[in-house]
Amino acid sequence: MEKLYTVSASPHIHSGISTPQIMRDVLLALLPALCISVWFFGFGALYVTAISVASCMFFEYFITRYILHKPLSLRDGSAAVTGLLLAFNVPTNLPEWIIITGALVSIGIAKMSFGGLGNNPFNPALVGRVFLLISFPVQMTTWPIPKGIFTPLIDAATGPTPLALVKENIKNGLPIQDIMANLPSLSDLLLGNRGGSMGEIAALALLAGFAYLLIRKVITWHIPVCILGTLGVFTGILWMSHPDLYPDPIFHLLSGGAILGAVFMATDYTTSPMSLKGKVAYGIGIGLITGLIRVYGAYPEGMSFAILIMNAFVPLINVYMKPARFGKEVKHG
Amino acid sequence: MPKTFLQGGVHPPECKLSKEKAIVTPLLPDRVLIPLSQHIGSPAIACVGVGDQVKTGQVIAKSSGFVSANIHASISGTVSKIGDFSDVTGYCKSALMIEREGDEWIEEIDHTETLIEDLNKSKTEIISKITHAGIVGLGGATFPSHVKLTIPPGKKCKMLLINGAECEPYLTCDHRLMLEKTEEILIGIRLLMIALEVSHAKIGIEENKADAISQFNRLIKKHPGISVVSMKTKYPQGGEKQLIKALTGQEVSPGEIPLDIGVIPFNIGTVYAIYEAVQKNKPLIERTVTLTGKKMGTPSNFRVRIGTILSDILEQAGGIPENTGKVILGGPMMGKAANSLNIPITKGCSGILFVEETESFRKPAEPCIRCAKCVSSCPMGLEPYLLGKLSEMGQFEKAAHEGITLCIECGSCSFICPANRPLLDWIRVGKNAVLKQARVSKK
Ligand code: SF4
Ligand code: SF4
Repeated sequence: MEKLYTVSASPHIHSGISTPQIMRDVLLALLPALCISVWFFGFGALYVTAISVASCMFFEYFITRYILHKPLSLRDGSAAVTGLLLAFNVPTNLPEWIIITGALVSIGIAKMSFGGLGNNPFNPALVGRVFLLISFPVQMTTWPIPKGIFTPLIDAATGPTPLALVKENIKNGLPIQDIMANLPSLSDLLLGNRGGSMGEIAALALLAGFAYLLIRKVITWHIPVCILGTLGVFTGILWMSHPDLYPDPIFHLLSGGAILGAVFMATDYTTSPMSLKGKVAYGIGIGLITGLIRVYGAYPEGMSFAILIMNAFVPLINVYMKPARFGKEVKHG
Repeated sequence: MPKTFLQGGVHPPECKLSKEKAIVTPLLPDRVLIPLSQHIGSPAIACVGVGDQVKTGQVIAKSSGFVSANIHASISGTVSKIGDFSDVTGYCKSALMIEREGDEWIEEIDHTETLIEDLNKSKTEIISKITHAGIVGLGGATFPSHVKLTIPPGKKCKMLLINGAECEPYLTCDHRLMLEKTEEILIGIRLLMIALEVSHAKIGIEENKADAISQFNRLIKKHPGISVVSMKTKYPQGGEKQLIKALTGQEVSPGEIPLDIGVIPFNIGTVYAIYEAVQKNKPLIERTVTLTGKKMGTPSNFRVRIGTILSDILEQAGGIPENTGKVILGGPMMGKAANSLNIPITKGCSGILFVEETESFRKPAEPCIRCAKCVSSCPMGLEPYLLGKLSEMGQFEKAAHEGITLCIECGSCSFICPANRPLLDWIRVGKNAVLKQARVSKK
């Protein structure tokens, strides 16, 4: 009999890009920052990461397999990314059981209960983080002081983050110059030699990851640049009007979770807008809200809340900020 | 700076395996199978019967209306069958089979290679020759050329655009024509300029065909009003709307035709056919076809008689590659898969691509991760993920509102989707439903 060939509709070729490959790229992009954390916080950083990643993957497996009876989704790598991001958002001396609770909230509540990857409205790692922050405020804001690679896991000396320090002291009425003099220098901020959650500390390593994501076309520049730009402009205006009351914008951009949030958390596919226009609006929104919370709000750090707030607007942004269609608008009717 | 369209587009691997291969004419086939509908519009009506003797170039089926096209015998011999044959997709279509005897042409045709430069022809003469020759868009659209050349009263064409983008991976037939028949193409353009009464023409060629660009640049000096534009290598640069955007900066809006913004585009292959029709009285009985594939012995560019059955010429291109799983008529982005080798090469077929068994299947679709890659690759500014979902759920009215009918079916969205979602499949379903609905409500 004559051979019959496969018939299918066009296109007949595929780019080869796959979800697991994208997630692998995100993990790779986070690697430099992970190395820096280990360098400054010691192997505790690695331990926290391992627990967080493993428990996120476990919950994803357990829920898809035994509760939802859906095809296993571990292969797509998104659970590992959530785990790593969650680890990056907590202090390295956080007790195991708190991390595991965070993982359960991230995967179980923020992700799987909405139907898994692609359906969750809020960034799972951030929901986990904010849940922990509210439930365990003490543990979540006790930051180990970086002591190098052999920082002991338990009983490490702890101290506040630079942002918290500034906020606290401003409240106490200290002049800004004195406060800033006690803070880590600019180069320490860039390299990571300061207190903070493990992933927030090393600006340079995170920016290297950003460059990698751009080169691999995993994300576009719009969201990170709009967030950091807006935050910079907002805090810059305040600083220029009252240099003795507000820290300068460079400090704001390099401290806290600004870069981590802008590059890795806000760009989460599922919870960010689809059109470029939308991404710009979303980025500006996050930058602005972060600035407002940091300057006027109760928390020293505003990135997580800002991203979650803007996550809530994403469906709206997707409806009202569509890509420009080719040609003039079609007349309906 | 090379010109391009602004929004969307993808960069599939070029794979132009046969770009160095000069066009060759394979041995004449012993039989041809000529479908009566090789163009958009109403099928032609056969005007010969079984047993009739025909000569190469003779009309065997007459155009059946304004939007239709004549069909000619591509070899000489006896008409052996007229009836239904299954075509590429398995549908039955009327076709006519000729068994070859010798190679006898009708007298008017000049089938030498001599270049005829004489441009002393009137508009009506040119258009009537093109109409008679049954010329249709050879880029794949197969829209009858004489219809495009008949400008309705009140409209005016200001510029002629020539599409030399050939943005589909693998295909090289237009590229070879541009290199080997440069002067013929330029004369073809001049003839079209006379027919359209325009004084300007632009030839758009993708950057990856630098040799063709410089060849044209060298030879256009003799031809006032023609310019060459280098365009960025980006798929779908050769899409009609994208080409017009790249060359003129203007966008053809939904519901408009290119003429509404004063341009008319023609494909390179079509221009060459027009040259032959007008200067040599040669109807559309052959075309250039790229036979290619990663495992193909000798990827080639063939000058094939229309109606040649694929299996009859394959040997001359090194035979069918082992482990072929899919045979595609056209390029890999927009081509149609054929289920067998027993299919005739028609006017609209620019290439045959043989795909290995291992590359013939799609990967299973996974959940959409909302990466927005489909959105940023859509050249029409649509949201494929949304259109796909709406079609899947049968919400065609919403899909219409989201602009589903604008989709040019370029396939960029399905190509890029990391979750392997069959976006275009669903969009086609939705688009057809919306168009059908529109037709029904018009009646
Ligand atoms: S490219 Fe695929 S996964 Fe990405 S948004 Fe579009 S449909 Fe979803
Ligand atoms: S096939 Fe349609 S929806 Fe998909 S990218 Fe092309 S024009 Fe856009």
